[in-house]
Amino acid sequence: MTDHNDIDLRVRIGPLRLRNPVLAASGTFGYGREFADLVNLHRLGGVVTKGISLLPRPGNPPPRIVETACGMLNAIGLENVGVDEFIRRKMVFLRSAGTRVFVNILGDSIDDYARLAEQLSGVEGIDALEVNISCPNVKQGGVAFGTVPEMAAAVTASVRAATDLPVIVKLSPNVTDIAAMARVVEEAGADAVSLINTLIGMAIDCRTRRPRLANVIGGLSGPAIKPVALRMVWQVARTVSIPVIGIGGIATAGDALEFLIAGASAVQVGTANFRQPSVTEEIVAGIRSFLQEEGMLSVRDIIGTLQVEGG
Amino acid sequence: MTKFQEKAQILDRQELAASIIRLTLHAPLVAAAAHPGQFVMVRVGDSFDPLLRRPFSIHQVSAGGDLQLLFKVVGQGTRCLARLRPGEKLDLLGPLGRGFRLQREDPVCLVGGGMGIAPLYFLGKRLLMHGRLPEFDPVLLGAASQRELALLADEFFALGYDVHTATDDGTLGHHGFVTDLLDPVLPRVSRVYVCGPYPMMRIVAARCLAAGVECEVSLEAHMACGLGACLGCTVRATEGYAHVCLQGPVFDAGEVAWQ
Repeated sequence: MTDHNDIDLRVRIGPLRLRNPVLAASGTFGYGREFADLVNLHRLGGVVTKGISLLPRPGNPPPRIVETACGMLNAIGLENVGVDEFIRRKMVFLRSAGTRVFVNILGDSIDDYARLAEQLSGVEGIDALEVNISCPNVKQGGVAFGTVPEMAAAVTASVRAATDLPVIVKLSPNVTDIAAMARVVEEAGADAVSLINTLIGMAIDCRTRRPRLANVIGGLSGPAIKPVALRMVWQVARTVSIPVIGIGGIATAGDALEFLIAGASAVQVGTANFRQPSVTEEIVAGIRSFLQEEGMLSVRDIIGTLQVEGG
Repeated sequence: MTKFQEKAQILDRQELAASIIRLTLHAPLVAAAAHPGQFVMVRVGDSFDPLLRRPFSIHQVSAGGDLQLLFKVVGQGTRCLARLRPGEKLDLLGPLGRGFRLQREDPVCLVGGGMGIAPLYFLGKRLLMHGRLPEFDPVLLGAASQRELALLADEFFALGYDVHTATDDGTLGHHGFVTDLLDPVLPRVSRVYVCGPYPMMRIVAARCLAAGVECEVSLEAHMACGLGACLGCTVRATEGYAHVCLQGPVFDAGEVAWQ
């Protein structure tokens, strides 16, 4: 039996080394501080911030969220404090949190992304950029960047040119062939891809005949989407040679391990943070216990180990 | 403000009326830190359906570390909670949000409608700690019928408050809306605390504004985290949007852009 403490949980995402493969996903963890009373941030592989734009955004009108079977729909509309306020106020805490800081960036134009990348590059304490080309909630920009390969490639290339930080491109599942999208962003210089963002959905109140979200449509997240996410991660991982970060409905260590086995080098935990604020830490502990039970010394030995009959 | 996550044992379960339930929990960390008007996020079960925690205002706390929740069974989350029995445990996160500002001297009025009465009882008890004379503080309570209201009204009466009731069916007190009881009261109070259905709070807010009386309202919204991370619990404020979990749930009525 392996000693608990001897198990090596470190993983690499391109040039970046992480303490372990468990990150908190963008939009579900605020700017880190919101969860600091309830989870030991220094035990996580990293934290991905709420998506940041050049200027502050007020977000969508309410109602913005609705619960669905084993999941939730959201149409927050990219509410955020803007990059200046983020650097001035939010980074102060994040810098001292003892974990890797991934800053999620979003824009309405290719130039927005490049300017964000430039501005964030000189900031102490930022370890990587996650490029959000996939948020389904903003009419201009968001959807097009994430669903048109040429646009995704152009955004990736512009961020790549503007920064020395590791660049992770977060992919939308609302496409016909996500592996093709992964391939074009890899070619455009991404250090890694993360997937999936939310699946576009909707819900209706039968009595009022109104949509339950003011925005009508929103992004579905939570355990309901896990099988779809897992399938896409597997397809992408066998297509590209850059690291893949798996996201989508992860709520337990078992879920996280499935993504690692499918080929993800790390995972992000999103909606589950709302239900259990310390779930990320518990998933790290659960992965360690699993490896110990299996007599494995390193989490890296389980990545991409899916056994497919005849494959 | 420090918040805690606590596995609270259910000590008691009271059914005040059909589908109105009061749970007493032992939650010493949350109870000791709680301020009237704050809320807790409750995980209603171990399965992923329902997935999200539910926000509940704190109905009252005791010096011994007990905390009460008062709710009506209206949906999937409250149905799960209603099935719980003494001895079982409930996962709480709290205390969360910004509560009522306590008025120390001048007379105040508490206006509660339906389950909106829940946080007002905690407020009513805490206000007494500042040496008030509750007989000068009117408490206006409204509900559908006598069965839903009688026990709660008696409890405010037992604290010494000047209690007035209104019911939709006329089975207790005034036959009509609780807002019908405001007129004689407003000239003699300096602040009104209100929690209840949105239309009721909108009326109270407007009447207070017209009378030059301060008014604090406790709002609710669909909420996923309660921590300011999901940004889902938005309400329209006079200046843009506000989030119920952070800036609220208690707002000055003037901060709210009433719809």
